[in-house]
Amino acid sequence: MNASSILFYLLAAGILVMGFLAVSSRKIFRSAIWLLFCLVGIAGLFFWMEMEFLAAVQIIVYAGGIVVLIIFSIFLTQKAGAELPRPISRRKIFSAMAAVFGFAFTYGLIRQFTFNENTSEPLKITVSEIGTKMLATGEGGYALPFEVVSILLLAAMVGCIVIAMKAPASPQKAAEKQKTIKDIQTPVLP
Amino acid sequence: MRYEQYIFLIPLLPLLAFALLGLWGKSFFRQYAGIFSTLLMAVVTVLSLYAAFNYFLVNGKAGGVYQSLIPFNYNWLNFSQGMSINMGILLDPISVMMLVVVSIVSLMVNIFSLDYMKGEERFGVYFAFLSLFSFSMFGLVLSTNIFQIYIFWELVGISSYLLIGFYFEKPSAVAAAKKAFIVTRFADLGFLIGILIVAFYGGSLDFNTLLARLGNASSPQSLSITTASFMGLSALTWSLVLVFAGGAGKSAMFPLHIWLPDAMEGPTPVSALIHAATMVVAGVFLVARLFPLYLFNGASQQVVVVIGTLSSLLAAMIACTQTDIKRILAYSTMSQIGYMMLALGVSGYVGEAGLGYSASLFHLFTHAFFKSLLFLCAGSIIHFVHSNEMKDMGGLAKMMPLTHLCFLVACLSIAGLPPFSGFFSKEEILAAAFAKHKFVYAVALFTAGLTAFYMFRLYFSVFWKNKNRLYAHRADTGPMMKVAMVSLAILTLVSGFVPFTQFVTADGKPFTSHGDLAFSIGPVAIAIFGLFIAARLYYTDNNRAEKWSQSWRFLYRTALHKFYIDEIYLFITRKIIFNGVGRPAAWIDKHLVDGFMNQLAAQTEHFSVRIKGLQSGKLQSYALYFFAGLAGLTLILLYFWK
Amino acid sequence: MSQIPLSHVLFLSTGLFFIGLYGFFTRRNMITMLMSVELILNSVNINFVAFNKWLYPQQMQGLFFSLFIITIAAAETAVAIAIIINLYRSHQSVDIEDADEMKY
Repeated sequence: MNASSILFYLLAAGILVMGFLAVSSRKIFRSAIWLLFCLVGIAGLFFWMEMEFLAAVQIIVYAGGIVVLIIFSIFLTQKAGAELPRPISRRKIFSAMAAVFGFAFTYGLIRQFTFNENTSEPLKITVSEIGTKMLATGEGGYALPFEVVSILLLAAMVGCIVIAMKAPASPQKAAEKQKTIKDIQTPVLP
Repeated sequence: MRYEQYIFLIPLLPLLAFALLGLWGKSFFRQYAGIFSTLLMAVVTVLSLYAAFNYFLVNGKAGGVYQSLIPFNYNWLNFSQGMSINMGILLDPISVMMLVVVSIVSLMVNIFSLDYMKGEERFGVYFAFLSLFSFSMFGLVLSTNIFQIYIFWELVGISSYLLIGFYFEKPSAVAAAKKAFIVTRFADLGFLIGILIVAFYGGSLDFNTLLARLGNASSPQSLSITTASFMGLSALTWSLVLVFAGGAGKSAMFPLHIWLPDAMEGPTPVSALIHAATMVVAGVFLVARLFPLYLFNGASQQVVVVIGTLSSLLAAMIACTQTDIKRILAYSTMSQIGYMMLALGVSGYVGEAGLGYSASLFHLFTHAFFKSLLFLCAGSIIHFVHSNEMKDMGGLAKMMPLTHLCFLVACLSIAGLPPFSGFFSKEEILAAAFAKHKFVYAVALFTAGLTAFYMFRLYFSVFWKNKNRLYAHRADTGPMMKVAMVSLAILTLVSGFVPFTQFVTADGKPFTSHGDLAFSIGPVAIAIFGLFIAARLYYTDNNRAEKWSQSWRFLYRTALHKFYIDEIYLFITRKIIFNGVGRPAAWIDKHLVDGFMNQLAAQTEHFSVRIKGLQSGKLQSYALYFFAGLAGLTLILLYFWK
Repeated sequence: MSQIPLSHVLFLSTGLFFIGLYGFFTRRNMITMLMSVELILNSVNINFVAFNKWLYPQQMQGLFFSLFIITIAAAETAVAIAIIINLYRSHQSVDIEDADEMKY
């Protein structure tokens, strides 16, 4: 039981607890913050696993990008301090049953399986190695997925803009708007 | 033998007329429909006469016996070896004679209808139906096969239904058509069962084969049919009685006669053709066709005699009290057909013993002419007076001289006075009855007197009573009507002189019948007696008839109400069949059968309403179902899949 | 690292996965549903990295997989929020119970 293990268990507990709070909190802003902490906890876990680059990406993209985006959307759509409605009790029971059953089943399967853990010296992963691998075109290179993901990001960007765009005002609607304004502004003769 | 090749045209030309007039009668033929039908029927008549001439006088005989020729027999439906429904043409003495009768009467009715039905909107339809009837009747008499006769039997029934219900806007006509069809259909049930029994034991449906097998005491089929018995009667008796039941229905014998008086709702030429001369004698024709079998089985012949005698007496009694002229003629028809059945019932087979058979068919022959003449005259009278009731008529002798003369000729013939045709045929029937059964002879003689009485009651009431009666307007008898009536009158005069026993006999061998002068005195005397009583009561205006009906009050009322037979039938059908069988059946159908189906549908609907909630549109429910399905599949795959 | 068996890490990732699943089934607000989806995706990330570290320490596939998952999760979140905003405009509410048009 060295410090590394204790650290792991602390991190794990924190992640699980904060994840549970994120899904069960009554106030939405608090839920978002719990999510933030959970994600940071996961980043910490990645640090503990000596995957520093991934942890950094996690913090930047997830904690710094996605959670901020979620908070923006919360402000756009509702009062942040308002209390969330309770879920339907029937659904809560069934979901709890499903989650517990799923967890038990999956973990049971995992327990049965003996992993042949490789205890050889782990590779020291440096950013330069990641970068080289990412843009490599030969065996084991990730140039193609990289390009595909960039196209996906482009598509997502365009899609978001189109979906969230307000319907363009037609000239007829603009003219109607004009008319009503003029009606209001007609001077009343004394 | 060339004429045989043209026999098939005899039924087919009317069928062609039916098809053409049925399809294009209104659009193309219009007022020429009648002439078209009449011309075709004239051709058919010529062919029939030519065939009769050839058959009877030239080369029908072989070795002195009239042959049963089958120029055409098509094997239509094969059931097993030897048992098949054939469609064919059989020529023997009775079928050739019937060809002549049917074609001549049909031609006369067609000619009469040209004037009688003029102005009728459904002119083409009427002639189409007439042609359909002619086709069916020809097919019936030319049948080689008992099932073929059944098929044409039903076709004749259909034609009768269509023609009785011709004025279908009148509810009484519709009811009469239904009644006729239902009663005859019910009788045909017996006919069908009889056919099945006979076919089962005889092993064939062909007439000649059946007669040879079952009429011969030594053949194995005959042995089996006579030994197999049901409720004490042999299968042969059952089958022949049931077949006779079918014939009795079609020929309006007691107790299946109830449809014939009502059938007078149809146009009068139709009554002349169908319900006087041709369709109603189909029963007689059937018994004559199967005559060797009836002779072989004495019990069934007894049934024929009893029913025939009873019907003729009953009908004569009822006819004495009726006031509608067509009804009187209808009951008269029933009575005369009773005579024909009676004669078949007392007949033997060989030579002189077969006098009854020849007499019956001779009476059929003469009756066809004078009865259709009576109906056509009645039609002419009704056309003039616009009413059927005798009380609306009287003193027509001066106003309708030709009709009067023809009617008188026919009345004298039916009463059996020489030298008219009815005398010859009726005398032969009485001679045959006298030789066999004195009691039957006595009843037949009494009925002959009644016949003379009610026919002359009709004659005097229509033509001589109320001499100075005035009529609102006169509708003259058309020329075609006159032509038809005169032709039939001439035939009535001469047909008595045909030496019938030279042509139509039970065993095919011609013989000479001699009229016994002493014997004839009885029937003639009683006929003249009946005539005089009728003259005394009806020739002038007096109330002797009313006084008579008062003194015989009970008998008069019973006869006036047709012996309450209709009421009995109505009681049985309404109270017993409708309430006992019809209502429960309807209840079961509505509540159990329909109810079961409705419940199935209702349950399905409830179930579907419940399931509808599954598709709620809620995303998270869908996700839950998805997860549940996934978990289920995983479980199955991991643990239960072998 | 060697002291912690792989199954413990997998316990963590499985637990996080089913917590996210529970939140996805239960939460009524669309944005909180989205947050639960993020939890699920993260649990998958942990899984990949754990397998990489414990079973194949000489290789980097797990890491790269996780990188791409993070990228795609980001794109997906953006699109989802665009959809939520669109739904908010038409229904005036972000309650998932109000968006029940996916039926007959």
